[in-house]
Amino acid sequence: MIQVEGLTKYYGALAAIRDLTFAIDRGEVIGFLGLNGAGKSTALRVLGCVLLPTSGRVTIDGFDVVRDPHEIRKRIGFLPDTPPLYTEMTVGAYLEFVARLRGVPSGRAKARTIEVEERTATRDVHDEVIGNLSHGFKQRIGIAQALVHNPKLLILDEPTSGLDPVQIVEMRQLIKGLKGEHTILLSSHILSEISQTCDRLLVIQGGEIVGQGSEQELATQMGSGGYLEIEIGGPSQGEGRAPVEKALQAVRAVAGVLSASVIREEAHVAQIKLDAPAALCPQVVRALVAADIDVMRVGRGSAQLESIFLKLTQTGGQPS
Amino acid sequence: MSATFLIARRELGAYLRSMIGWVIIAGVLAVDGLLFNAFALGGGDKRSSEVLSLFFYFSSGTTMIASVLIAFRLLAEERQTGTINLLYSSPIRDGEIVLGKFLSALAFLAIVTLATGFMPMLVMIHGKVSYGHVAGGYFGLLLLGSATLAIGTFGSALTRSQVLAAILSACMVVAMLVAWLLGRITERPLSEVFSNLSLHGLHFQPFQAGIVHLRDVVYYLAVTYVALFAATRVLEARRWR
Repeated sequence: MIQVEGLTKYYGALAAIRDLTFAIDRGEVIGFLGLNGAGKSTALRVLGCVLLPTSGRVTIDGFDVVRDPHEIRKRIGFLPDTPPLYTEMTVGAYLEFVARLRGVPSGRAKARTIEVEERTATRDVHDEVIGNLSHGFKQRIGIAQALVHNPKLLILDEPTSGLDPVQIVEMRQLIKGLKGEHTILLSSHILSEISQTCDRLLVIQGGEIVGQGSEQELATQMGSGGYLEIEIGGPSQGEGRAPVEKALQAVRAVAGVLSASVIREEAHVAQIKLDAPAALCPQVVRALVAADIDVMRVGRGSAQLESIFLKLTQTGGQPS
Repeated sequence: MSATFLIARRELGAYLRSMIGWVIIAGVLAVDGLLFNAFALGGGDKRSSEVLSLFFYFSSGTTMIASVLIAFRLLAEERQTGTINLLYSSPIRDGEIVLGKFLSALAFLAIVTLATGFMPMLVMIHGKVSYGHVAGGYFGLLLLGSATLAIGTFGSALTRSQVLAAILSACMVVAMLVAWLLGRITERPLSEVFSNLSLHGLHFQPFQAGIVHLRDVVYYLAVTYVALFAATRVLEARRWR
C-alpha cells in the first residue's frame, strides 16, 4: 500500500526527516511514535500530499506523490495535527462540502455525510455551528472529514491530542472500529494508546526511524524481551535456601533466559523474576518441575512500552 | 472546475456569515453615501452626467479599499487556522483553490458595489443620464475591483499573518496607484510606461464617463491574471518548503 524509500524533507537547512524507509501493507494499522519535533507530522504531511519531499520516493497504491498527487489524494483521508475545520459552518454543511471537494458525487454526498456522522457519533450535532462545539467533537469531526469519501488510507496526526480520558477511550474504539476497512497510519507521543490500537509501531527520533515492529519485537530488539514471574514453594523448616538456589540454577540453565533473580522470599513461598521472553514459559516450568520444585503460579509480562520508547529515543536505536 | 465553484460558494457563505462581511458592506455604503452627498450633489449646480462621473470617481476609491479588506484574509486565514491542509490534501489543483477564493471575493465585491446602486438611481430620477453611463461605470468599478482583489489574493498567499497580508496588499495596490506620479516626473518613453501601468488614472477615467475601451478592459484583466498566477505559484512553492 505504502512504499517509502529514502524520504528526506528539509525546511531550509534543517532536516525534519532524514532518509526514512518503510513499507506498509493494506489493512495494517501503523503507529508513528515519537517525541514532539521528531518529524512525525512532517512525514505524515508528505504522505498526505500536503508537502512535497526534498528527496526520496514515496508511492501510495502504486502512485508517486510527486508525479500523481491527485490520484493519491483521492485515496487518502488526512487529519492534520489541528483539525482543518471551517468554524463558521454547520457540521453537516462542512462534511458535505468536504465530500464534494474530494470527489463524492453530489447525489451521494448527503448520504455519506450521514454515514460518517453516525460512525463518529456526531449525528446529534449535525446542525450545530462547528465553532460552538467542544474540543472532543471537533476532533471527531476532524476524523469524519477524513473518512467522508471512504478513502483506502487514513492518515491521522495525533488524533487523541487534547482529549480527556473518556474521549481518548472513545477515540481508540473508533479507530479500532475502522480497522479492516482502511489502512490506518496514526501518530502519537502517548505510548499507551498507540500500543493498543496499532499492529506495528514505527519509532521516529530526530527525523530517523530508530525502531520498528510490534511492541514485543521492539522489546526483543532492545534486549528486554519481557519477563516471567514465578512463585515457587519456598524453603520449609530445616531446608534453608536450598530450594530457591536450586530453582535459580534450573531456570538459568534454560536457553534464552538472560537472568533470574529472587524478588521475594518468605516461609513456604518465594518469587523469582526471569528476564526472558514470555514464549519461554513452558520450558522454564518444565525445568523447574524436573528439578523437583513446586511451581505455584506463573505470571508473564511484556516490557513496558514506555521503557522501550525511552531507550530507543535516548540511544537512537542501538541496543544498550 | 466544480472544485473552484465549491470553494467559491463556501467562501461566499463565509463572508455573509462573518462580521467582516457586513462591516465592509456597511462601511462602503456609509462612505459612498457621505461622499455622494457632500461632493457629487453639493457644491453648486452640476449636470447629471458630472454628478455621476464624480460618483464613480470616489466609488473607485472605496472599491479599492474594500477590495483589499475583502481579499487579505482569503489565503492567509486558511494558513493561520490550518484549513489550507484540507484543500492541499484534496484532489484539486492549487490554481483551482486560488480561482475559487478569488471568485468568491469578486462575487462579494459585486454585492457590495451593486448595493450602492440607489445613488446613481437617484440621479436618474431627478436628472437625465444614460443607462450606458451607469453600466459602463459599474463595469469599470468591477474591473478595477477585480484587479485589486487579485493583488490582495496574491498578498494573502504570501504570509500566514492576516495583518501582514493586509499591509502587503495595501502597499502593492498603493504602489500600482501612484505609478502615474512617476509618469509625471519621468521622461518619455518611461513616463508612458508608468502612466499606463497605473491602476487608476489613465485606465479608469474613461469608465467614469461611461466609456468602455477595450485596452482598459484588457489592462485590468491582465493585472488580475498576473496576480492570480503569482498567487498560484506561491501556493505551489509552499509545498516544497
